[in-house]
Amino acid sequence: MLIDWFTVGAQAINFLVLVWLLKRFLYQPILHAIDERERRIAAELADAAAKQAAAQTERESFEHKNQAFDEQRATLFSQAVDEAKTERQRLLGEARQAADALAAQRAESLRSEAKQLNQAILLRTQHEVFLIARKALSDLAGADLEERMVQRFISRLSAMDVAALSVFADALTTASDPACIRSAFELRESARAALTQAIHSTFGVPPKIRFETTPELLGGIELTANGQKIAWDIADYLASLEQGVGELLNAKGQPAATPATAPASTPAP
Amino acid sequence: MHLSPDEMIFWQYGFITLNGTIVFTWGLMAVLVIGSKLITRRLATGLTRSRWQNLLEIVVTGIETQIAEVGLAQPRTYLPFLGTLFLFVAAATLATIIPGYEPPTGSLSTTTALALCVLVAVPAFGIADQGLAGYLKSYLEPTFLMLPFNIISEVTRTLALAVRLFGNMMSGAMIIAILITITPFLFPILMTVLGLLTGMVQAYIFSILAAVYIAAATRTRTRTPEPEAALPA
Repeated sequence: MLIDWFTVGAQAINFLVLVWLLKRFLYQPILHAIDERERRIAAELADAAAKQAAAQTERESFEHKNQAFDEQRATLFSQAVDEAKTERQRLLGEARQAADALAAQRAESLRSEAKQLNQAILLRTQHEVFLIARKALSDLAGADLEERMVQRFISRLSAMDVAALSVFADALTTASDPACIRSAFELRESARAALTQAIHSTFGVPPKIRFETTPELLGGIELTANGQKIAWDIADYLASLEQGVGELLNAKGQPAATPATAPASTPAP
Repeated sequence: MHLSPDEMIFWQYGFITLNGTIVFTWGLMAVLVIGSKLITRRLATGLTRSRWQNLLEIVVTGIETQIAEVGLAQPRTYLPFLGTLFLFVAAATLATIIPGYEPPTGSLSTTTALALCVLVAVPAFGIADQGLAGYLKSYLEPTFLMLPFNIISEVTRTLALAVRLFGNMMSGAMIIAILITITPFLFPILMTVLGLLTGMVQAYIFSILAAVYIAAATRTRTRTPEPEAALPA
């Protein structure tokens, strides 16, 4: 007999026990582990999706912030450029004004300096001219400058026209104060006597004369009486010299004045 | 030379017999249960796991998938029964490579016991699924005239299950035993390999047929609402 019924029963029981044991030790733990893992993966995926969504939101937020920041930066930059431009214009204007003022001051100073120099040159020239003339006259003709000047004044008196003579004669006679002879140098007695003599003979009245020394008189002699004046000096001679020196100073001062104004007029970069 | 491991008697007291079939079955049970216990003792639920756990997961999910493909909607309900059927038959076959071992499935007593289990399990699952009346009603379908044929079908398919497995396993063992006496060298090895293949196929067929029978017993109710659900709203 191929079938042993005791064995059949025992095997059926064995199989059912095996089913229970495997369910207990194999299927349930394995399925539980798989379910647990799937739950975990699902949770992680959900978490990752949530994080991704959050990251996306954050990214959009950052992009917006970045955009706003860029716009703000561009605005601020533009403002700064405008302000810098305005400030630059203002500073350039101030610098130009300062340069103009400096140039004007310098030109004024130069003018003043030239004027002083001119005056000094004039006085020095006068002095030198007298020295030269005196020495030349002494060396060449054995003559005295002051004497020659007195003679020149006397000859001028005699060369006056009649109308002028009568006007001055009236002045001499009507004057309450004595007539005044001013000279740049101290007149010697002989010269004073010659002058008094010449005035007497020219105007026909005995004059009352007062002698004064005035260095500013440019080496000349003048006779004043009651508001009338007759004069001779070397101013005419010096006038041409003064003009030449003035032109020379102008020619030297012009190039010096030009660079002072140049920076102000140069367009700024 | 035994036709069946039932003939290997280790101990006997009256009708109680401790034969080779029972002893080898216990051995297989011990290996399966202890192996499972050892591997599932420390199961990882994270993304990394041991190779043995991986192997068991593949086996369990593979069986679950097969059950689902047969058409059972809740494969986990039937997994312990059908999975144990497959694992037991497959383990009994794989162990044939051990010298001195004889597969308990080569005993008609074992296959009969398994077939009887299926015979009981099919109506049990059917009744659990659709109730006693619903299950008994399935014997009257498509008409009450089919009742005897349905009953005959239940019995014969159980017999076929038992005899098919027994025949295949027994014949494999017999062929190898005979060949060893005739050509003791390479040819028996090839037949052993072929026997392994046959045994695995039989394990698959046995468990799949059981699944199909259970599906046939439980499917009736789930199939009924389909036409209504397909109607347009």
